[in-house]
Amino acid sequence: MLNTQDILETIRMIREENLDIRTVTMGISLLDCVSDDEERLNRKIYDKITKTAERLVPVAESLEKTYGIPIVNKRVSVTPVYAVGAGLSPEGFVRIAGTLERAADTLGINFIGGFSALVQKGETVGAHNLIEAIPEALSSTERVCSSVNVASTKAGINMDAVEKMGRIIKETAYRTRERDSIGCAKLVVFANMPEDNPFMAGAVHGFGEPDSVINVGVSGPGVVAAAIREAGHCDFSALSDTVKKIAFKITRVGQLIAAEASRALSVPYGIVDLSLAPTPAQGDSVAEILENMGLARTGTHGTTAALALLNDAVKKGGVMASSHVGGLSGAFIPVSEDRGMIEAVEAGVLSLEKLEAMTAVCSVGLDMFAVPGDTTAETLSGIIADEIAIGVINTKTTAVRVIPVYGKGVGEQVSFGGLLGRAPIMPVRGESCADFIHRGGRIPAPIHSLKN
Amino acid sequence: MKAVITVVGRDRVGIIALVSTECQKYGVNIVDISQTVMREYFTMIMLAEIDRLEKDGKTVAFSDFAEEMANVGKEHGLDIRVMHEDIVNTMHRI
Repeated sequence: MLNTQDILETIRMIREENLDIRTVTMGISLLDCVSDDEERLNRKIYDKITKTAERLVPVAESLEKTYGIPIVNKRVSVTPVYAVGAGLSPEGFVRIAGTLERAADTLGINFIGGFSALVQKGETVGAHNLIEAIPEALSSTERVCSSVNVASTKAGINMDAVEKMGRIIKETAYRTRERDSIGCAKLVVFANMPEDNPFMAGAVHGFGEPDSVINVGVSGPGVVAAAIREAGHCDFSALSDTVKKIAFKITRVGQLIAAEASRALSVPYGIVDLSLAPTPAQGDSVAEILENMGLARTGTHGTTAALALLNDAVKKGGVMASSHVGGLSGAFIPVSEDRGMIEAVEAGVLSLEKLEAMTAVCSVGLDMFAVPGDTTAETLSGIIADEIAIGVINTKTTAVRVIPVYGKGVGEQVSFGGLLGRAPIMPVRGESCADFIHRGGRIPAPIHSLKN
Repeated sequence: MKAVITVVGRDRVGIIALVSTECQKYGVNIVDISQTVMREYFTMIMLAEIDRLEKDGKTVAFSDFAEEMANVGKEHGLDIRVMHEDIVNTMHRI
């Protein structure tokens, strides 16, 4: 029998605390589209995506209404395109990006991920050409998301790729300079990229995945923040238990939607991603959770410990609520998409260095932060190298999504609108790391990668 | 299946009548009603048994019924939500 208190709690979480399903993402393999004829390849890609995901948006909308919970994003991820179009020129890859954009338009989804390459040990010709195509692809499309995996714990760090991505990000910022370099918001540089992540901009449909799959990303920072506020002044064990209980409930909703979407679409259910994903809306902030734990402002001393507790408790609570957990699964700390994070940067409390430390204990990495437009490509590569090293050494996913805003400097801000939010421009160190970055080659895999 | 219908808004005469009349149009059988106050708002919770939804002789999808009820709520300044009972069951039961 249903309990009134349970019903009221569910309603309150949705109505007042912004509980939602952040994304239902359908992963689609494009491996069967491979063709040596470029036109045919494009046509097959378009047909495969639009046919497989034809009912994604209507089914998700029907589930929203049936269960009374918003499903904010409906998205598609595809096989990393460098492998599907392995023989293409950079111009050919740009045309593939155009095809992905058209497919996304037809489906009515807001992002499509997978304009991606894996180069942790080195580049294939296809990977080289895809990476060269990224600036043009991201400036000529709206919905296509790109990612490049430059390192893994098993392979080490491909520093040639790190160096190159600094230049590619700079170029993408320049190509989209009329719109505050927004192209960079759709480009992620990864270490240990997951193959089943439903969240953009880093979603791809990995090589070990089935032909198509449904992955669901839950959300709910507001719900966690409210639970901690209500718990009041308790010790850390009780605090952790509070987070675990609420994470369980949030994840159960994700599991329900994943199972129902999978059934309605006749597509296998892949994973639920346990990430707490903030939005710029009031009361939907990960920073607010940390502040409710007792920090006057996110970024002050104690922030890393608070985030570590949160991240671990979310996983512990969530893992029992779902039959398969995967993706990134951890608290997200994007700067521009989280009101509390923005305020912490504006107050001068949250620095880039502290942000980097925070990424060592949560997913995903340095995310959606803006730096001055005159930041050199080498400095961008240095920022990437530092973050990627954290992922490789700690056997976790890390990523960088940095926006060097063309023509803007410290003290100014950029506003992307919608879920991407706004970002105050953060200062970077002026001292050069160019000689280090230009050494070339690979940083070897760490000793603990040798597990066999 | 069962549906949970919640109505949140300012208390006034005729709320139960409004919602139950609307339910009747779709052949929805209300099996339980309770009311409480949630953060100073009047909150009514109805449990409804839904075998098939029909309006004017035509079958209606559950999601359309939920949307229609939400619209009726908006017209009257009320927040009416219809949810499949499974969301509450899944969230609060292991």
